[in-house]
Amino acid sequence: MINTPSVDWFSISTILVLLGASFVALLGAVLVPESARRTFATAVSVLGFVGGLVTSVWLYVDSADGHRVVSDAFYRDRWTALSQVIVCGIGLATSLVASEQVALPRDEHISEFFSLLLASAAGMTFFVGSANLMVMFLALEWFSIALYVMCAIDYDVEGSLEAGLKYLVIGSFGSASLLFGSALVYGATGHLGFAEIASAVGSRGLSGDAMLVLGLAMIIAGLGFKSSSAPFHMWTPDVYEGAPTTVTAFMAAATKVAAFALAFRVLRTAFPQEEHLWSWAFAGIAVASLAIGNLAALVQRNVKRMLAYSSISHAGFLLIGLSAGSALGGRALMYYLVVYAAMAFGSFAVLAARERELGVPVTLENLAGFGWERPFLGVAMWFFLFGFAGLPLGGGFVAKFYVLSAAYRHGWTWLVIVGVIATLVSLYYYLAVVRSMYMRPSEELRVAPVAGGSPAREPLLHVAVGLALAVSVGSLFAVEPLIHLAKHATSSLPF
Amino acid sequence: MTIADFTSLLVWLPFGAAIAIWVLPLSRYATGSLAVLVSLLEVGLWIQQAAHFDFSHGGIQFEQRARWIGDLGVSYHVGEYGFSLWLVGLTVVAMAAAIGYGFWVGRERPRAYFGLMLFLTGATVGVFVAQDLLLFYAFFEAMLIPLYVLVGVWGGAGRLGATVKFVIYTMAGSLLMLASLIVYGLQAGTFDLVDGPTSVSRWVFLGFMFAFVIKAPLFPFHGWLPDAYREAPPEVTAVLSGVIAKAGVYGMLRIAIAKFPEPTSYYRTLMLALGAAALVYGSVLAFRSTSFRGVVAYSSLAQSGLIAIGLFSGTNLGYDGAVLQMIAHGLVSTVLFLIAGTVERRTTTDEFALLGGMAKGRPALATLLLTVGVISLAVPGSAAFAGEFLILAGAFQRAWWWAAIGAAAMVLAAMYMLRLISAVLHEARGSTVGDEALDLRPGELALVVPLVGVLLALSVWPAGISHNSFGGDQPTQSVEAQFK
Repeated sequence: MINTPSVDWFSISTILVLLGASFVALLGAVLVPESARRTFATAVSVLGFVGGLVTSVWLYVDSADGHRVVSDAFYRDRWTALSQVIVCGIGLATSLVASEQVALPRDEHISEFFSLLLASAAGMTFFVGSANLMVMFLALEWFSIALYVMCAIDYDVEGSLEAGLKYLVIGSFGSASLLFGSALVYGATGHLGFAEIASAVGSRGLSGDAMLVLGLAMIIAGLGFKSSSAPFHMWTPDVYEGAPTTVTAFMAAATKVAAFALAFRVLRTAFPQEEHLWSWAFAGIAVASLAIGNLAALVQRNVKRMLAYSSISHAGFLLIGLSAGSALGGRALMYYLVVYAAMAFGSFAVLAARERELGVPVTLENLAGFGWERPFLGVAMWFFLFGFAGLPLGGGFVAKFYVLSAAYRHGWTWLVIVGVIATLVSLYYYLAVVRSMYMRPSEELRVAPVAGGSPAREPLLHVAVGLALAVSVGSLFAVEPLIHLAKHATSSLPF
Repeated sequence: MTIADFTSLLVWLPFGAAIAIWVLPLSRYATGSLAVLVSLLEVGLWIQQAAHFDFSHGGIQFEQRARWIGDLGVSYHVGEYGFSLWLVGLTVVAMAAAIGYGFWVGRERPRAYFGLMLFLTGATVGVFVAQDLLLFYAFFEAMLIPLYVLVGVWGGAGRLGATVKFVIYTMAGSLLMLASLIVYGLQAGTFDLVDGPTSVSRWVFLGFMFAFVIKAPLFPFHGWLPDAYREAPPEVTAVLSGVIAKAGVYGMLRIAIAKFPEPTSYYRTLMLALGAAALVYGSVLAFRSTSFRGVVAYSSLAQSGLIAIGLFSGTNLGYDGAVLQMIAHGLVSTVLFLIAGTVERRTTTDEFALLGGMAKGRPALATLLLTVGVISLAVPGSAAFAGEFLILAGAFQRAWWWAAIGAAAMVLAAMYMLRLISAVLHEARGSTVGDEALDLRPGELALVVPLVGVLLALSVWPAGISHNSFGGDQPTQSVEAQFK
């Protein structure tokens, strides 16, 4: 007879809702006739994510006292709930875009795609709440495996399969590093739970122990792979470029949220005694990410690749907030994640529309005149790019201000200077995209804008981009309420 | 709605109108009319505020506050001092003229164009009324966004290079300002410009100044200026030199001098030297320039230098003169660039070699250009003369040689401006000046004449501004006292 733990079912309801929707979507692949499959799967996915949003918002409201549930394996607190809200929001927007963009022109695998999307989002919402090393690894593998397959879903598209394979191989390397690091930490402390690790280190004076530090370093490396921070970023440009653009949009936004939300929790909860080590480590990784991301993006002509490098550089900014390690850093991180997720998702979604219209990869050349042909998508892209660059056209500006403030509070003026210089460099390539969208009419470059006929009408994609735009612009004006949410979320972590 | 609400209304009305223009599928004519109407409404709102402004005592008026980023001490805080009121006035008047010009010449893609011009209006007014550092910074940056597109889309052949240079230059300065303001604000615990304490940090001061000397610009940070002023559409160049550049010198007054008294006096000689260098170098370049826009562009550089001398002289007369000169030069260069635009429309060029003899048969053009030219070269009795005289007198109180340099530059100003007038209006008829090149049309007159009228009024009563900028006759006391 095995003793089963008492389960607080409500605390994992977001995960259950998403998983349930995933099963229904998968059943649709068999039971629903092919003609209705796309509509059915989209509806299931949208409903699933809306359900997830509802439960996670509810959990946020109802979890003011953060505590662990299910044999101390999972955190029911506001940090978890807020991260889940963001992931579900991204998932909802992804469902809308995917419905019009994925697995075209045939409807093959559309149900499976949505099933995987829901499953990976479920994994992420599990990941951000994990309370011990075992659950963390399990959840990481859970959402990663779903992502590997999603990258390769358009297997007849050149690059998609390659992207999936590359992500699988390098992602597994990252997972292995995380697992080995976890094993070392367990070896050093004899505990798997985050809180127990910290108390063991404190009570037995293990701080600075070689095995513990090596384990921590390997965990940091493993999370570095997932958050695509330099020098663990090598897979990012290739995978982002090769994967179907919808999947790229989801990965760029949601994976970052999951990885950073969890990283902050692990470090604060399990390794507070080693803060002097990990804050310097993350500052170093931040500088590397900013340098590599920005400099490499300067020379890209392929816009998807450029945005991939830009996502590396934004990982650098997020790491600045992470390395500060303070409550202010946590708020900065959460705010930045909301804004960044909206902008990253939106910009890739716009690229998806252009890519579909052209049938070839989007480059700076064939983006010419796009802003005038598709005014709404063009203006949205304009907002996203200026927001990325930290100009006050949206919350991107406040987000940068916040992380840099966190760094300054930590006493790191030099990191503020690095961030500022990185922003200046980034301006060049973001503006290059705006330049080619608006300032070079396509007639001038003699690029056929559309391969036959007018561009496809994509109402759902427009809705998704509109949502992203509303979040990225709205966050500039609604700083106070968002920070309020982030403050409550951060207060559930130990400081 | 109280008169204080007008401060926010002045900022947000153009943004709202811009969004309306982008969203509503209006015709070309309706779009332009709406934009002109909104810009005139801005002028009306400003007149209403000026009428209610209490010039008799200093300090901030028409204040509004709201929470923005509470936990870092950032708030939405707007309000106007005497001098900010004048700069807001300059902005709304110059922008109305520029928008009117855009309507008159019928810019392509009207919805995008007018929306961006209104966006620019809102952002620029915001710079002059913001009383919170982060808010100031946000508006300061926000000006760049429409300018980038306005120059890049509607500009001349070399526009792409010009925009990149312009944006990278100004952002390099602004981002250092961002670093500086984080340091200042977090040390002070508030980003509020009215409540915030003064600081003695020289590094932070230099960070702010770097942004302002690029925006103004002063020598040697003017690298972006010739390209941007040449490639932008004339009405955009007009606001760029007439209004946007003033945001740089305004920042020196409102932030660098007011919040950093110790670093200001420590670097006084350096800043005066930069101002003098800009003044002399700009004047010489203007004299050497071979095109209409070139002369006015470099003379703007020279004038920024002169204004900086006035500000950093740190004397009552210098401050008064600097504010008066900001307004006078803002109007002069707006009018001159608009006239340059009308000349270019008639002749397709602004090169002196291809122009000439336009006075004959074009009395309105000749009269207006001559009037503005004469005001601009600071003929005694003109608004610019009053401004320059005050600045030089202020500089003289600091040390006589600064005034000597300034006076020498005024001679150069007469030389380049007379050269411009004769090269365009007189001399032999240029090869591009045909008989079909008409005199100024009613639409153009409606834009230029009011601006010239304001300039003439200022010439008659310059004290209207110079006595009413700091709430009393003692601006140095005000600068030190009223910003606390």
